[in-house]
Amino acid sequence: MSSDPRALFETSVPYKAGFVTDIESEAVPPGLNEGIVRLISEKKNEPEWLLEWRLKAFRQWLTMTEPTWQNVHYPPIDYQSIVYYSAPKSRKDGPKSLDEIDPKLLETYEKLGIPLREREKLAGVAVDAVFDSVSVATTFREKLAEVGVIFCSFSEAVQNHPDLVKKYLGSVVPYTDNFFATLNSAVFSDGSFVYVPKGVRCPMELSTYFRINAEKTGQFERTLIVADEGAYVSYLEGCTAPMRDENQLHAAVVELVALDDAEIKYSTVQNWYPGDEQGRGGIFNFVTKRGKCLGRRSKISWTQVETGSAITWKYPSCILQGDDSVGEFYSVAVTNNYQQADTGTKMIHIGKNTKSTIVSKGISAGHGQNTYRGQVKILGKADNSRNYSQCDSLLIGDKCGAHTFPVIEVLNSTAQMEHEASTSKIGEDQIFYFQQRGISPEEAVNMIVSGFCKVVFKELPMEFAVEAQKLLGVSLEGSVG
Amino acid sequence: MALLEIRNLHARVGGNEILRGVDLTVDAGEVHAIMGPNGSGKSTLAHVLAGRPGYEVTDGQVLFRGQDLLAMTPEMRAREGVFLAFQYPVEIPGVSNVYFLKNALNAVRKHRGLPELDAFDFLSLVKERAKLVEIDEELVKRPVNEGFSGGEKKRNEIFQMAILDPTLAILDETDSGLDIDALRIVASGVNSLRTPERAMIVVTHYQRLLNYIVPDFLHVLVEGRIVREGGKELALELEEKGYAWLEKEPPAKAGAAALTAG
Repeated sequence: MSSDPRALFETSVPYKAGFVTDIESEAVPPGLNEGIVRLISEKKNEPEWLLEWRLKAFRQWLTMTEPTWQNVHYPPIDYQSIVYYSAPKSRKDGPKSLDEIDPKLLETYEKLGIPLREREKLAGVAVDAVFDSVSVATTFREKLAEVGVIFCSFSEAVQNHPDLVKKYLGSVVPYTDNFFATLNSAVFSDGSFVYVPKGVRCPMELSTYFRINAEKTGQFERTLIVADEGAYVSYLEGCTAPMRDENQLHAAVVELVALDDAEIKYSTVQNWYPGDEQGRGGIFNFVTKRGKCLGRRSKISWTQVETGSAITWKYPSCILQGDDSVGEFYSVAVTNNYQQADTGTKMIHIGKNTKSTIVSKGISAGHGQNTYRGQVKILGKADNSRNYSQCDSLLIGDKCGAHTFPVIEVLNSTAQMEHEASTSKIGEDQIFYFQQRGISPEEAVNMIVSGFCKVVFKELPMEFAVEAQKLLGVSLEGSVG
Repeated sequence: MALLEIRNLHARVGGNEILRGVDLTVDAGEVHAIMGPNGSGKSTLAHVLAGRPGYEVTDGQVLFRGQDLLAMTPEMRAREGVFLAFQYPVEIPGVSNVYFLKNALNAVRKHRGLPELDAFDFLSLVKERAKLVEIDEELVKRPVNEGFSGGEKKRNEIFQMAILDPTLAILDETDSGLDIDALRIVASGVNSLRTPERAMIVVTHYQRLLNYIVPDFLHVLVEGRIVREGGKELALELEEKGYAWLEKEPPAKAGAAALTAG
């Protein structure tokens, strides 16, 4: 009976994006070796330099071991049982327009509410849809081309804009960076590419929608966004996957580069399949995201709402190299049932007068474990740099956990640092207070949680904020205690 | 039909039997005071009526407008018109008072088949009712009870009651922790909410509150039973003699007979 909030622990809500699309796909055999790396490169008809880069990464990866410092626990990943490339079968040259795309794929994205059909012009969002390993559609391309904005799949960028790719690929996250980024560098299959030329304000939100469909497949996408001098772009990323009993690996890399006076706003709503109430299945999400404020007065802002995945391991970071550059990180991370998240950011202040803001909100429910891990580093030459960090945890029930590992390293005496942290718990007495005023326990949790996350949601583009709020409600349903 | 009928109510908290057979009938328009020493079960009775988890009813029956109150979820009781002004209102960080109350009122209205109030109508209601309890409108915008003084919290409870318009209001030690000015303001707010349709149960340890909120009936609860019933004059007798002389009294029926005889 729902009068006892504790009883709600046992109920659960089905994952709404958990369906499988029955589509013929073309995949390479499972396992990883030099041959597979070459095969992926060949399938994508890549130039020699890129194959070489992949092979260097692969050889590097063979010498690396999986990191163990993170506060998450999972069975060992068998990298030889993963399929490193899977693509919906389509004509060789890839779709030229949406009409050439398998209707089943379009249907998948319709079901997920992604406006691939441009008839939904009101949505005003250009979408690049990545299905398993390949990009299946990029919308509004022509309109963007009019102002010189390049928005296409990574594979297309390699073919059509090789100089830009060559110049910036690995310039923020080198292929030697870390175990998962290096693996990605060897086997990445597709992703999005954005270039906003000098002085251009991108006229619409750009968005990539990632979907893992095939079984036993890993998704290794790579996104590269370059904002040239004085440019502005807001980019959104969404992710879902079918419900499956086994764990699937997602190891993506995102690199952002902002030149003088440029601004990049990167928002993520991550809703990979989180596993069931017993912790079976779910996506292992090991992602490296980093932005470089290369130019003066440049700005990079990360906003993330992480509700999905069995394991989340990601630290969207900013390297504040240009003088007067600004880095921001706004995060809401939810762990329910047996989900584990180890997430946070790094702000590396190199230039003078650089400024960073960190606002992290962790919500743990069920048996969920939520860790904030942050590093703020002020280097010797970063005069007058400032950081403000706020790190709050909210606990729902008494079987979950919240952990924080903030590290602050200051090598310049003119720096100003502020750090605030809090931990609170939604208590039974609070829930009862809501109930006594006529509000159901579920609604009570929603209200408390949205109040808790308000400052982060404010950073999201409007439609996304609404979506994120709903998602949060769904993710926490059945967690009242 | 009485508004509220409590019959032979027994309840346990954490394995201890606190209520041991409470009988009480409340009609619309009446104000009943429940007094008693610490630990006599006054607050337990208030919480059992509101449906607080952890309070286990082991025997007896409670009818609210003829319906089985104990079978309803706490939120359903609230929507049906039962309001509890808490002795210790909790703080709800991040949720503004106004947002909280608007959701509460609309949940209640929806249940009663009334249209939901929009923000505009709701705010004019807030303005009007805030005057009643002399609550600062700034407090109304702040997160629920967060950083409120003891007096502000109690005033906020009465303010919520004024907004939600309950049929049965239970005031649990609303006077505790209030200075004399705050007490007068809270009491005058409560008095202005006395209507022929609304009943109130005022739980208090001290007679003081009853100088301001004058009850129609007074019940003395000792060790989980009502041992004495009377009118407002009983409060003065209690003030004079304390509770000790009642603690050896037999249950109310005999006590009431004794009172009549005396």
